[in-house]
Amino acid sequence: MIPVTYARYELVRAVRNGRFFIFSLVFPLVLFLLVAGPNKHEELAGVPFPVYYMTGMVAWGTMGAILTTGGRIAVERSLGWHRQLRVTPLTAREYLIGKVAIGYAMALLSIALLYSAGIGMGVSLPAGRWVEMTAMILIGLVPFAVLGVYLGHVLNAESIAPALGGITALFALLGGAWSPVATDGFLLHLTQLLPSYWLVRAGQIAFDGGAWPAKAWIVIGVWTFVGARLAARAWRRDTQRA
Amino acid sequence: MTNVSPDQAAAALPGGGRRDESGAMNQTAAGITTATTIELRGLEKSFGPIRAVRGVDLTISPGEVVALLGPNGAGKSTTLDMLLGLAEPDRGTVAIAGRPPDEAIRSGAVGAMLQTGGLLRDLTVRELLTMLASLYPVPVDVDELMELTGVADFARQRTEKLSGGQTQRVRFAMALVSDPDLLVLDEPTVAMDVKTRQAFWTSMRTIGRSARTVVFATHYLEEADLYADRIVLLAQGRVVADGPTTEVKAMVGTRTIEATLPGADPERLARVPGVAACQVRGEVVTLTCTDSDTALRTLLAAHPAMHDVVVRGAGLEEAFLELTADHHAPEEEA
Repeated sequence: MIPVTYARYELVRAVRNGRFFIFSLVFPLVLFLLVAGPNKHEELAGVPFPVYYMTGMVAWGTMGAILTTGGRIAVERSLGWHRQLRVTPLTAREYLIGKVAIGYAMALLSIALLYSAGIGMGVSLPAGRWVEMTAMILIGLVPFAVLGVYLGHVLNAESIAPALGGITALFALLGGAWSPVATDGFLLHLTQLLPSYWLVRAGQIAFDGGAWPAKAWIVIGVWTFVGARLAARAWRRDTQRA
Repeated sequence: MTNVSPDQAAAALPGGGRRDESGAMNQTAAGITTATTIELRGLEKSFGPIRAVRGVDLTISPGEVVALLGPNGAGKSTTLDMLLGLAEPDRGTVAIAGRPPDEAIRSGAVGAMLQTGGLLRDLTVRELLTMLASLYPVPVDVDELMELTGVADFARQRTEKLSGGQTQRVRFAMALVSDPDLLVLDEPTVAMDVKTRQAFWTSMRTIGRSARTVVFATHYLEEADLYADRIVLLAQGRVVADGPTTEVKAMVGTRTIEATLPGADPERLARVPGVAACQVRGEVVTLTCTDSDTALRTLLAAHPAMHDVVVRGAGLEEAFLELTADHHAPEEEA
């Protein structure tokens, strides 16, 4: 349970922080417009280019938005704010749930922007597809939310921004958010071990309608479980040192 | 230097009156919250090889204003961290009104101004205080609080644009947002200039103190002297002195009598009961006393010509140096 007023101001803060928009909202949108615009009538593997590219950008943008949760934790830790919060009734659980909730709110904003841009470029899907795709993307983001919390506790305010930028880019690249990495063979199996691969696949429900195979659920589950364990340990170490 | 009258010292009770061990005073039948008893029992805490706190026992009664005084590395901050539940003691227990710290904090009974800490960015002062107030079961009125703490003038400013002094005032307001029974301040004036420091303690007196228990850490001796009822002197993680401010001073208290006395005889003056040493410069006599009260009675009776008499109590500076001298060793601040 997150106190409502507290959550509201957290959201206000997220919105006011301009840097956040550039990386997780503006970059994917601009890239979409620049790349998909001139290729509006092209097709890629039998799929209209705009819808293909939109799903990739959604994966990248939402991943960035939710990992930024961690960045905010690192900055607040460097201010000593987590100590201040510990002398308030807010529990660590509420704090973290609040952070993840803000991350999801920002991810939804990223989704809304890119869907709008996509529709503007002629992407047309049945309503059910939009809903299914969005739901699966939100599920696919769970391991990234947990990883963000972990990184926010092990990195400091200076290192977090480049680290998150690099990690997001690497996940996006290997997961195939920008362009497909491999369609078969060893490399495909390797990239399928990444949660970002399945996040991208979740978006692609838009045009192939394919549900996640069991493998996807296992990969997402394992990343979430391991990430949560790491995050919990980092959090405990952090509080001990305080 | 502070002048201390003998009866002031005599009236002070050792231990500051430990009447409420159970913390039963915390809540009256009518539900009006008063103040809070704090009990620290056998606290110990090490950081690796550094033994920051080596056995601290303290009982603080409702309404007391207690200064934790000590040099860097004495264990002040670590003790306060354990009091607030920010650090887990290796040994020993903490109880605030009979409850563990986190429970007391959740009820809004504790407010704290921590030593380090910036303010959350991207919010105005008013928004920040409102945000924090919303976490408490019974918060204060934020506008009223801002008025009282002198924050109202810059309530609409973003926190990242405040001056150092303004930031400290906001942090003080943050500590009061739940209208706490216990106010804990860890070196609250450490980053302030003299003027801001005075203004801080003035507002502390008017709003911070009323019906609250206050515990503050400081290494400014005069702060402890001027604002605390009781001083707990820490050195190397141990309590080396604990008592009313005047008493802590009296424990090591040599006092000095200064007077004008024409034709003074140094040898005769040095034999006066209570006088330890005598210095004469022209007509000005300076007597270092172990018992200034006795010395003064004898002196005034025996020397009717003596005038312009000044008695100085030992400043806290001296008490501090004397009491911590044996314990002082170069160790890292914990």
